[in-house]
Amino acid sequence: MRKSRSFPWLKIAIHIVGWLPLAKLIFDFSTNNLTINPIQEIEIRLGRTALYFLVATLAVTPAYTLTGWSAVLSRRRALGLYAFFYACLHILTFLGLDYGFVFSQIIPLVVGKPYIFAGILAFSMLLPLAATSFDYFIKRMHRNWKRLHWLIYPAGLVVIIHYAWSLKGDLFTLRGNVLQPFIWGLVILALLILRLPPLRRWISTVRQKITR
Amino acid sequence: MEHKLRHVAVPSSEITPYSAYLTRRDFLKVAGIVSATAFLAACGVKSTSGPASGNGVPTAVPGWGAETPTPSVPIPDNAQGLTTDELGNSLNTLDQITHYNNYYEFSTAKDAVASLSKDFKTTPWALEVGGLVQNPKTYAIEDLLKFQQKERIYRLRCVEAWSMVIPWTGFELADLLREVQPMTSAKYVRFITLMDKTQMPGEGGPLYPWPYNEGLRLDEAMHRLTIIATGLYGQSLPNQDGAPLRLVVPWKYGFKSIKAIVKIELTETQPETFWNNISSTEYGFYSNVNPNVDHPRWSQATERRIGELSRRQTLMFNGYNDEVASLYTGMDLRTNY
Repeated sequence: MRKSRSFPWLKIAIHIVGWLPLAKLIFDFSTNNLTINPIQEIEIRLGRTALYFLVATLAVTPAYTLTGWSAVLSRRRALGLYAFFYACLHILTFLGLDYGFVFSQIIPLVVGKPYIFAGILAFSMLLPLAATSFDYFIKRMHRNWKRLHWLIYPAGLVVIIHYAWSLKGDLFTLRGNVLQPFIWGLVILALLILRLPPLRRWISTVRQKITR
Repeated sequence: MEHKLRHVAVPSSEITPYSAYLTRRDFLKVAGIVSATAFLAACGVKSTSGPASGNGVPTAVPGWGAETPTPSVPIPDNAQGLTTDELGNSLNTLDQITHYNNYYEFSTAKDAVASLSKDFKTTPWALEVGGLVQNPKTYAIEDLLKFQQKERIYRLRCVEAWSMVIPWTGFELADLLREVQPMTSAKYVRFITLMDKTQMPGEGGPLYPWPYNEGLRLDEAMHRLTIIATGLYGQSLPNQDGAPLRLVVPWKYGFKSIKAIVKIELTETQPETFWNNISSTEYGFYSNVNPNVDHPRWSQATERRIGELSRRQTLMFNGYNDEVASLYTGMDLRTNY
């Protein structure tokens, strides 16, 4: 335990990993490496990056359950905020670069197009989580903070639906270009299952037996 | 040289080197505008006389919308050297056309297709034409080059709401169909892509009904604008764009324009099509470009022209309203999406 206090290498590593996708995006933009359709590429990359950080956030507790490495628990907020950061950039790209903030075009999409609606829905689930991520709220909200932040689970599933619906294919019949969202959906489901209290307790006891 | 260009669309003596093509574009840009203007003046510009507005097609038919059709400007057969389509849209560059390809047989990543397809073998190639025809025949590419090769600049509108303007070389499918003579019972044309997992790794993918297949109604297939492309930009067709034979139906969403065709079959019943098979509520048999009928999950009202920053309004039948609207007279384009 003293080791993790001595030098915050995990913290630094997470911040490096957090900024790397944006740095790569800027580098690829400046070297003209964002395909022939850069706006779409920017949109897709930011969305994917947001998903990766969301999955990483959801993986924190299972990672602790499996390894007993408590240092990861204190990094969950940073991961969650990076997910929110990239989700913000993703949605800004959609509104601004893709649709030029022409809300007469955007609003019918949000209302009428399920995949856009799902994306907006997921974003509006993440928004209050980011807004209440400060210590101030954690202390003030007590039990309600945990209740509110439970929203991350349905948000993860809505994000998968948003992802699958944006591609040509059908997630539910497993036809077409849906392999990636399907796999990510399974990953999120597995992470959620690993959190079920009985399973978690069982894993902890098994782990303690092994490490002892 | 002769050997290398075997499947080029025009005799090699007539091919403009790509560099010369590019340099003379600037001159022809001016010349093209002048001659097009003169031509329009001579025709008296019959702007809104398209079938949708002029031939008694009621605008109340669902899915047609109420906007006026695009002005009818003829689509030339010899577009080589022109820098715009008949509506004045600039061509996309060869680099754009060859590095942004929806070709799931190679990859679902559009920018990965060019490198994955570079060793694709297009010679020898056999196209089998059969089904309900009097003269079934298997063609080699050389046999198909005897059909008059035309240069057509077409807009390509992808169902994913992006678009390009592409200078194709190819022959009218009607020329081929007339030679094999469809029987009177033939009502549809079915197309099938090469099935070869060793060359096309995507065809090993389990979530798709490979091989890719597509279909047209016979009258659509016989339409002047329907071509089998054998080249683009005066070069032989790049592998990533569907070499050696690729259907181009410019008023339909891009996925109808099937690539690497090995078989054409005339049928009495409407053939199955690849995307319809995957999701029938989203990809219909017709799949005509239509800004008024959305994809269930996204809008088709606008599109991004590759290379442009802002979105464009999508045109009815991709701007080919005057040429093709009569094929669908009286049809409900919402149910026949």
